[in-house]
Amino acid sequence: MTGRTYKVYSIENGTVIDHIPTPLALKVIRILGLENEGIMTIGIGFRSSMLPKGKDIVKVENRELSRAETDMIALIAPDATINIIKNGMVAEKRKIKLPEEINGVMTCPNPNCATNVLGANTSFHLEDREKVTYRCRYCERVTPIHPDLLTTG
Amino acid sequence: MASFENKSIVSIRDMTRAALEKVVSTTAMVKKDGPKGFMEGKTVAVLFFEPSTRTRLSFESAVLKSGGTVFGIADPAASSQSKGESFADSIRTIAGYCDVIVIRHPVEGAARMASELCDIPVINAGDGPNQHPTQTLLDLFTIEEQIGKLEGIKVGMVGDLKYGRTVHSLTHALAMFGNELSFISPPSLKMPRHILEELEKLKIPYHEFVSLEETADLDLDVLYVTRIQKERFGDPQEYEKVAGTYRITLDTIEMLGGEVKIMHPLPRVDEIDVEVDDTPNAVYFLQAHNGIPTRQALLGLVTGGLK
Repeated sequence: MTGRTYKVYSIENGTVIDHIPTPLALKVIRILGLENEGIMTIGIGFRSSMLPKGKDIVKVENRELSRAETDMIALIAPDATINIIKNGMVAEKRKIKLPEEINGVMTCPNPNCATNVLGANTSFHLEDREKVTYRCRYCERVTPIHPDLLTTG
Repeated sequence: MASFENKSIVSIRDMTRAALEKVVSTTAMVKKDGPKGFMEGKTVAVLFFEPSTRTRLSFESAVLKSGGTVFGIADPAASSQSKGESFADSIRTIAGYCDVIVIRHPVEGAARMASELCDIPVINAGDGPNQHPTQTLLDLFTIEEQIGKLEGIKVGMVGDLKYGRTVHSLTHALAMFGNELSFISPPSLKMPRHILEELEKLKIPYHEFVSLEETADLDLDVLYVTRIQKERFGDPQEYEKVAGTYRITLDTIEMLGGEVKIMHPLPRVDEIDVEVDDTPNAVYFLQAHNGIPTRQALLGLVTGGLK
């Protein structure tokens, strides 16, 4: 056999999220709320020259993720790459960047925050792109992103 | 913030320099025998989910002096929240009884949440250790009144700079005017790093000192004094030693050049010697009294009674 054997088969239409550090693939799916969004292929623990612990790949079929959605991935996998596939071809290679605002996906670590005591919906605004910190809309404290704070995990 | 009408006052962080100047100039107008009765026909709910007699009375006085009517909660035990009603339900219900809500709550972000739950303006009268914007605004007004300007001045802050919400907000506000700031505190109670980083980003010159003596040659216009709380120290002896070194006396004023204005958010314990009270340097009681025109100005601006 001369052709390459694909461990994760290619898709005709949809979104490929590559270079997710292992083992964050499932977290990426949860943060995007894609659990019940149709067919997905998940590959975990592939060898990668860039990621010493290996990489995960998520292929979402028949769904072109919006930029707002793919930017959410930057919260846990800032170096992930996005390919939008149309008719079996890469229609767009997309870079992701930290979203300016994140709503409803991260818990505020301040136990005295209105989001934890009074039931306000969580909302953060990007404070420092380099340090990857966000400011809580309610208690106004600045917090670094940590996967444990993501409520979807 | 182009217009204040129907806007909430939740945090100094929401306000631009122009907005701060507008509040200060409106306060000056109100204080200088300005308009009266601009709150006529308006009802203000003053909801204190945490006791603070001074701030509550100051708001109530501001409403009454402006011709409005006021009702509220002074004791959280008397509110229906103690019967288990949710905060959100309380706010939504009370918002239908009044034109403005003034709220103090021990939970950080409670005022922001309240402002999002109703269509009327909400004024934050303190949300735990987070914000107390009307204090900062009355501080700014007092500085303007005493020094004649808000720009190009030298302000020192002394005491507990780590936990003091007042000095954090005031630092943020003064930085918008490009002022030089000096922070004097024991090493364990220094201004938090994230606030210093903000100043660095804005290229605001600042200095940190451990003793007041080090500021003798700085020619400070204002020295803002805050209380060092005993409970911040494990060892009571250590507290006595530290607190004593920051006590403001007539000698301190002389050392600082004799002209410096001494401010304090009150209540004071013993961090300013009573002998200072009768000097022209002491402005802390005047500062507390300025809470009335400042809160009047804010009430007028958010209800549209003042433009």
